[in-house]
Amino acid sequence: MIRVLIPSGALGLGYDKTALARGIAAGPDLIAIDGGSTDSGPSYLGRGVSKYARAATKAEWKGLIEARAEAGVPLVIGTAGTCGTGSAVDWLYDITVEILAELGQTARIAVLKSDQPIARVREALASDRISPLPHAPHIDADLIGQCTNIVALAGAEQIAAALDTGADIVIAGRTTDTAIIAALPIQRGMRPGAAWHGAKIGECGALCATNPQSGVILVDVDDAGFTVTPLADGAHATPHTVSAHMLYENSDPFILYEPGGHLDVTGARYVALDDKRVRVEGSEWVPSDRYTVKLEGARVAGYQTILIAILRDPRYVAAVQNWCDDIAVRHADRVAQRMGLEPQDYSLELRLIGQNATLGALEPRAGSAAEVGVMGIVTARTQEQANDIGKLLNPFLLHHPLTQDEEQPTFAFPFSPAEIDRGPAWEFCLNHVMELADPMEAFTLQVHDA
Amino acid sequence: MPEVGAIAEKVRSKNAGPFWATIDIFCGTVEAYERVSRGLSSDAVASAFQMEVADLKRFDIPDLRVVKFSLPRPAVQGTAEDRDMHGAGWGPMVAELVIP
Repeated sequence: MIRVLIPSGALGLGYDKTALARGIAAGPDLIAIDGGSTDSGPSYLGRGVSKYARAATKAEWKGLIEARAEAGVPLVIGTAGTCGTGSAVDWLYDITVEILAELGQTARIAVLKSDQPIARVREALASDRISPLPHAPHIDADLIGQCTNIVALAGAEQIAAALDTGADIVIAGRTTDTAIIAALPIQRGMRPGAAWHGAKIGECGALCATNPQSGVILVDVDDAGFTVTPLADGAHATPHTVSAHMLYENSDPFILYEPGGHLDVTGARYVALDDKRVRVEGSEWVPSDRYTVKLEGARVAGYQTILIAILRDPRYVAAVQNWCDDIAVRHADRVAQRMGLEPQDYSLELRLIGQNATLGALEPRAGSAAEVGVMGIVTARTQEQANDIGKLLNPFLLHHPLTQDEEQPTFAFPFSPAEIDRGPAWEFCLNHVMELADPMEAFTLQVHDA
Repeated sequence: MPEVGAIAEKVRSKNAGPFWATIDIFCGTVEAYERVSRGLSSDAVASAFQMEVADLKRFDIPDLRVVKFSLPRPAVQGTAEDRDMHGAGWGPMVAELVIP
């Protein structure tokens, strides 16, 4: 049996210290935590930076490094620094060295990087080793070249290679959320279907149990199945909470694709061992013929400036869509006259907060609100252009009248200046897999004794 | 004619990666599950999303008393057309669909 201690769903979200101490006392073989996700959007990958504050990351990581030393087992983080680029891995590596020095500890650190050079991805595309996943955007060599960062998601093989170095701490770039948990049990001969399924259930920490924000859980994988045990006071895993976790952020709740195969949980049976622990058996791992890794890439799609105005006059609230349509036409004229830009050179959206800002054209409800916010979103080829287009929008949002013969109205601006530069607008542009002849071919592994 | 949200315990939506969205309807009781599973058509959901029903994946899971829908995101996460980075708003929209 291999026991994996998972402190929380992501480093930076916090964990229950008492529950973590319980987990260490239970004698784990490995401590594994995820460091990232695409869920917060393309900007983190595009820029190669972490979503979480350095101070929060350092405080939580320090607690885990101390726990690791006490347990005497490896500590593994996957998708370091939210996006798992080399720059984010280096950021966490520096924090790690700083913590070790403060604690007076030494440790062997394995650093696994998942960055993909543009030339490698272009070559793979040219030699038909890249395949689209469902609803992938079209890609070509040009678009690949526009990516500021491309990463491949490492699987169990690359994490196992990092553990094989005898590392005390593994800092991995982009990996699948599950690989950091599944790698060791698979390496030690446990049932692969149980390892992957246990990893999927455990990857969000206690989200598979009641009291989901408590974080800490244990996943025990053996040669028949796995057992999940939440460790915080008041946290209980039930067959329902555990099996329902397969729904979470998964387009198919029964199938999970990983490098080298897929997990099929159609035949899984969930049994309560007591009022806290759940046992799962019957999950299958189906190896694939080709070894593929998923790619993620982000590029700059333009530069944005936003403005916000709020309409409180009931006559304007009722007619806000006409007001916006009229402004859009007049503003486009002014941008053409003053800047020489045509509609295809930039975009302006006037999004109505209080009407349909969340759902857009899908919003079926219409109601009368006390006020409505108008968020102008300008996207252009440079930041300077976006800001100038925003400046041309400013007087309309402040004073545009519904009719020519009324006194000039004024609307509420929450900020001065009204134009807020957002910087680059990033886009995910890859939803593809790349075939590898050898799992380590697209990854680099370095060992440092710090 | 009740809304889905009045029958089910919870309706949530979330990204399933940057290119897909998923909506989970937790019905709670067997009775509620049967009403939602039988009463909420895939056509009604596809129509709410103004999409082809062929692109909609549907899972009726009696063991969990859950009806789940997955679909290509109406706009890829984070693009200029995207309004909802984490896909939070579709759950309430589906919860307001009416069951005959």
